Amino acid sequence: MGFFDKLKAGLEKTRKSFTEKIEQLVVGYASIDDEFLEDLEAVLLSADVGVATTVKLMAEIRKGIKEKLINTPEDLKPFLRDKISGMLIDQDQVALVPHEPPIVVLVVGVNGVGKTTTIGKLANYYSENKKKVLVAAADTFRAAAIDQLEIWGQRTGTEVIKHAEGSDPAAVAFDAVQAAKARKADIVIIDTAGRLHTKSNLMEELKKINRVIGKEIPDAPHETLLVLDATTGQNAINQAKIFGDVVKLSGVVLTKLDGTAKGGVVIAIKNELGLPVKWVGVGEGVNDLRPFDAGEFADALFTDK
Amino acid sequence: MVFESLADKLQQTFKKLRGRGKLSEDDVADALKEVRMALLEADVNFKVVKDLIAKIKERAVGQEVLESLTPAQHVIKIVNEELTALMGGTQSRIAIASRPPTVIMLVGLQGAGKTTTAGKLAHLLKRQGKRPLMVAADIYRPAAIKQLEVLGENLEIPVFTMGQENPVTIAKKAVDQALMMARDIVIIDTAGRLHINEELMNELKSIKQTVKPHEILLVVDSMTGQDAVNVAESFNNDLGIDGIILTKLDGDARGGAALSIKAVTGQPIKFAGMGEKLDALEPFHPDRMASRILGMGDVLSLIEKA
Ligand SMILES: Nc1nc2c(ncn2[C@@H]2O[C@H](COP(=O)(O)OP(=O)(O)OP(=O)(O)O)[C@@H](O)[C@H]2O)c(=O)[nH]1
Ligand SMILES: Nc1nc2c(ncn2[C@@H]2O[C@H](COP(=O)(O)OP(=O)(O)OP(=O)(O)O)[C@@H](O)[C@H]2O)c(=O)[nH]1
Ligand SMILES: [Mg+2]
Ligand SMILES: [Mg+2]
Repeated sequence: MGFFDKLKAGLEKTRKSFTEKIEQLVVGYASIDDEFLEDLEAVLLSADVGVATTVKLMAEIRKGIKEKLINTPEDLKPFLRDKISGMLIDQDQVALVPHEPPIVVLVVGVNGVGKTTTIGKLANYYSENKKKVLVAAADTFRAAAIDQLEIWGQRTGTEVIKHAEGSDPAAVAFDAVQAAKARKADIVIIDTAGRLHTKSNLMEELKKINRVIGKEIPDAPHETLLVLDATTGQNAINQAKIFGDVVKLSGVVLTKLDGTAKGGVVIAIKNELGLPVKWVGVGEGVNDLRPFDAGEFADALFTDK
Repeated sequence: MVFESLADKLQQTFKKLRGRGKLSEDDVADALKEVRMALLEADVNFKVVKDLIAKIKERAVGQEVLESLTPAQHVIKIVNEELTALMGGTQSRIAIASRPPTVIMLVGLQGAGKTTTAGKLAHLLKRQGKRPLMVAADIYRPAAIKQLEVLGENLEIPVFTMGQENPVTIAKKAVDQALMMARDIVIIDTAGRLHINEELMNELKSIKQTVKPHEILLVVDSMTGQDAVNVAESFNNDLGIDGIILTKLDGDARGGAALSIKAVTGQPIKFAGMGEKLDALEPFHPDRMASRILGMGDVLSLIEKA
């Protein structure tokens, strides 16, 4: 067999679900040995959990074995599930900080992760919860970004505050916050252009947006959500770190979890940066947004689509 | 980060090794552990890593270490050679059909960069004297058609649209139109879709059957993690892709996905997206990608001189 063929055969095997794999492991090993642990490690790595966090989880497992919390391979899945959901758990994920309206929500992230779509879904969620929502088209850069948000506005019956393409995004944000005050909106959600965290000029622009909002309403933005694509690998950690240095992040929205990617990197992000996941995106429709559930997420790491 | 210090770590691992004789299995075992970690941190698929490590080990054990290299450098040299070999040579070409128009179809997951890349590719080909036509076959994403139209306006390249008509019909009519307008390149922008969405994958198959594209290019975000192999394999199995365009390489992602995708599809990575602007499309350089994945361009250039 050539290299590619061998690889393909190998991948065929690894594509099997975690559950299946764990079950195979359970059947295949009467007791826990090094080979078993190595296979387990592979399962974690394949979910984008990353080396450092995998090493940490494997250490927990070894400790669990030593302390006789894990005695057979069967004990493993619940043990790991608890450890992972324990790492991720946070109370009141979705509840907005209680604050005098309007509550300002700023949405940031790298290119194409799902910011604008998430805002459409959020607008829908809050509208359905009887809140008056405004959205701001502060991505004035990408072709037709404003039109995209306007379509979401129509879908959800939400007013969109916008300027012309190419105008200053901070000015849009400023106007939106003012409009929200004037119109007694409960929530104003601000869309921003996708930007790579490595581009300092674009990160400066984000600072400015943030500053302008804060001038209009002290303490605002009350929420700054970092949108992460579940398909992203270890680079998500850099994204969270650097966006967090520039603006005060309050949580993560993990999108595209309807694919086969597991988004395991958020475990590392919670672990290293303390940044909780608040919402998950599971499709392109207006209702495809769910509050994050740590237990459910941990389970999903172990199951196939 | 694990990566920044791979070279240092390898130096450390080999410290105990004084002489310059043959490398034993024990000598390389620790070193390979470090290499493995580094590749995983770079998002190379773990299975691909496993196979690579086996190959590297095979080559490293029993090797006579060159006078000019430390054992650490020696291992890095082998790693680099294997990565570069796996990634293949430079092939930043679009196969131009003998009978115009050349039909190019861009496919991939949501948000990967297809529409932007359609603009970039059209721009590149226009500069080479071609007459591209861009086709708005994404009828799902809000304002996707408008997005392509804006790009077309900026580039002064025509865009074929038919509103929310069936994408297969759109693609077919676009090719007819290209013939009439004497446009020699047709670039079809398709909607982002999940590789597991059967209905939408079937739509792509129908477009393929109908217009028989000369190039089906898979657009992949360079920040993609372990799932890159599943995505690439599905698109390749369902459609048969002719090449890959890796986007958002202007960031700091190690881009291990490049290696994974190349490994599972065997298809060349043709271009690299280096920014949001429409001129930010570059030929893909496998050797540069190898040192990027290893995170040690300087070390490699030193070794190459040795
Ligand atoms: N399958 C799936 N697709 C999603 C999800 N969220 C967003 N998308 C799709 O991802 C693509 C990009 O989404 P956008 O909302 O435009 O992303 P963005 O972050 O605003 O992009 P930029 O503004 O260009 O940086 C679109 O095709 C969306 O429909 C999700 O949860 N699941
Ligand atoms: N920094 C950077 N951004 C890029 C690159 N290529 C595309 N983008 C950005 O990525 C985002 C998504 O690009 P699109 O071209 O809309 O992606 P798409 O694949 O067409 O998205 P869908 O149609 O929603 O599936 C936009 O913000 C683009 O500007 C690149 O090479 N570098
Ligand atoms: Mg957007
Ligand atoms: Mg598109």
